[in-house]
Amino acid sequence: MSSRDKILQRLRNRSGGELTAPECDFSVLNRPEWSTAEKLDMFEQTIESVHGEVHRTTESGWIDRLAEILQSRGAQTLLIAKDHQIGKALQSATKGRDDLPQLLIYDEPVESWQEALFSEVDAGITSTRGGIAETGSLILWPSVDEPRLMSLVPPIHIAVLKASELYTTFHDAMQSQNWTAGMPTNALLISGPSKTADIEQTLAYGVHGPKELIVLVIE
Amino acid sequence: MSETEQHPAHHIDVKEFHPRARAAIHNPQIRQNFRKAMDGLMTKRKSAFEGWELETLRDLGANIRLRALANLPDLLEQLEQKLTENGIKVHWADDGDEACEIVRDICTARNAKTVIKGKSMVSEEMELNHYLEEQGIEALESDLGEYIVQLAEETPSHIIMPAIHKNTEEISQLLHDKTGTDLSHDVEYLTASARLQLREKFMNADVGVSGVNFAVAETGTLCLVENEGNGRMTTTVPPCHIAVTGIEKVVPNLEDVTALLALLTRSATGQHITTYFNMISGPRKTNELDGPEEVHVVLVDNGRSTIYQDDELLDTLRCIRCGACMNHCPVYTRVGGHAYGTTYPGPIGKILMPHMVGLDEGRHLPTASSLCGACGEVCPVKIPIPDLLVRLRQEAVDGDKLHPARVRGHGAKRGAVEAMIWKGWSWMHARPGLYRMGTGLGARFRKLQPGKLGGWTQYRTAPKLAAKTLHERMKERNQ
Repeated sequence: MSSRDKILQRLRNRSGGELTAPECDFSVLNRPEWSTAEKLDMFEQTIESVHGEVHRTTESGWIDRLAEILQSRGAQTLLIAKDHQIGKALQSATKGRDDLPQLLIYDEPVESWQEALFSEVDAGITSTRGGIAETGSLILWPSVDEPRLMSLVPPIHIAVLKASELYTTFHDAMQSQNWTAGMPTNALLISGPSKTADIEQTLAYGVHGPKELIVLVIE
Repeated sequence: MSETEQHPAHHIDVKEFHPRARAAIHNPQIRQNFRKAMDGLMTKRKSAFEGWELETLRDLGANIRLRALANLPDLLEQLEQKLTENGIKVHWADDGDEACEIVRDICTARNAKTVIKGKSMVSEEMELNHYLEEQGIEALESDLGEYIVQLAEETPSHIIMPAIHKNTEEISQLLHDKTGTDLSHDVEYLTASARLQLREKFMNADVGVSGVNFAVAETGTLCLVENEGNGRMTTTVPPCHIAVTGIEKVVPNLEDVTALLALLTRSATGQHITTYFNMISGPRKTNELDGPEEVHVVLVDNGRSTIYQDDELLDTLRCIRCGACMNHCPVYTRVGGHAYGTTYPGPIGKILMPHMVGLDEGRHLPTASSLCGACGEVCPVKIPIPDLLVRLRQEAVDGDKLHPARVRGHGAKRGAVEAMIWKGWSWMHARPGLYRMGTGLGARFRKLQPGKLGGWTQYRTAPKLAAKTLHERMKERNQ
């Protein structure tokens, strides 16, 4: 008999008999209805408490703000998605200005340029699928256009979040976006830059992932 | 390095708990490192739950886990089906050895020589690193704490913070000796050095091995909770990802993870949430540009289906591995994680490890507790840990006539003299006349009572019998 069958048989022929499943009441996770402004305040406060940075900006002003941020960090290169509107907007913006770093497009399988991705990219910019106010989290569903490593390998991760897409809780976001209908190959909640406290409980940022997480909130 | 700090990564004699505990108690560095860390963690946990209806939330956590366990075989089949539909290959392992062989076979099939690992306690349970090295496959830990522990050739002393027993100075010296970094107390520098060393390894690894925090049956999703990003690296960069997990980690619905996650991170480290909550539901699709081309899951039993048989012991399987029980345990805080000599230390280890190593081997584990109850009070899924400790103590001496003992190695602690004393005790207590005579004689001849009572009086003064029995005093009062 295979191990699979052995294990399942032991579980099914439980000597204690059948178990009854208790009811689960999720109402303890409910929060009051917050306005968008309240959610944004909460999100900002929470993500900043773990070293994330929030910049409130507008549909017309975000590229200027991004340029300022990247210049202040001395970033030379910015990784963008090929087909996403964020990448497209940056590509057309860069034609008329010189304060943006060199744009690198993630348009090939990682195997062909892994070395460069790990050592030559200063920052990466991605969209989000919304945010969670209570925990200060960004929801990312990496895709064909915005691959998984964009938000992980570069030392600075810039995420664009629409204030109107803020949810109160994780539970709320999952229900509203109907996640059970189908999950992507990879889904993420990101709540701050990479960190560790493994050396004597002392916090250090950027241990394996980005050292900085910068959120551009489009109001 | 002092004697208590040296723990080869495998084959520790669990029975030798007492000498190790004694040595740890007399090691001021160990005492200080744990005290400081545990105090911090207790405070953080408390403030993280401020404003929450904690009892209601814990009830929900317990019910979610109980519901999952109630349907465990069905859920495992559903999980297998969904994972397979998603393109993830599912394997089943009866014990740790078989799980190791499955990992080896996947590596061999891919001609893999290097494995990078995310933090996984199940892989510790399997002693996977040791096994792979014997097979000529390099296995490198990438979680900073695990990396430190591996460099030191030790085992984790805490399930969440593996290197908690070491202070900055010790880690600085270790990294200097093993990797050539400068001696420094600057944690930023030490962390940055490890980042550099490990980035190379991520790029070159053939296989990534990770654990799983929750496996969701309805969507076939593997959830990983972490702060560093090494878990994401491990599961994204190498061409093949193998996730190893205990069979009890399955939950029916995606909704369930919202509550369990809220409980887990707050209980573990006092965080509202960790930096990354990584949900994996499949390998790289044809047109995707990154992610592993192969994803495997190894469902490991290793004694869990035996624990599952008993209504009371079953509660052990609710555990979500937050480590709050050890953070709040007065014994763990004083003796540290290595004294137990087990994969899982502290209260959860004391109720789980006897099943894995047998009660003969682990006979001292359930008694390494003052039964203060702190572990049960903080457990996010309300495991009645103190009750389970008492149950295992009974099993260790075959002390319950009504309920037959069932844990492997039960009765190992039963002694003929002790058993006879208790038999006499119960015989006398069932006979009031004899009982009165006995206590009366005890009071009269209390001067003859021995002042030394073995281990009991090693650190305590012996209790003295009163000059008059309670019965006599009550009689006087009523006259």
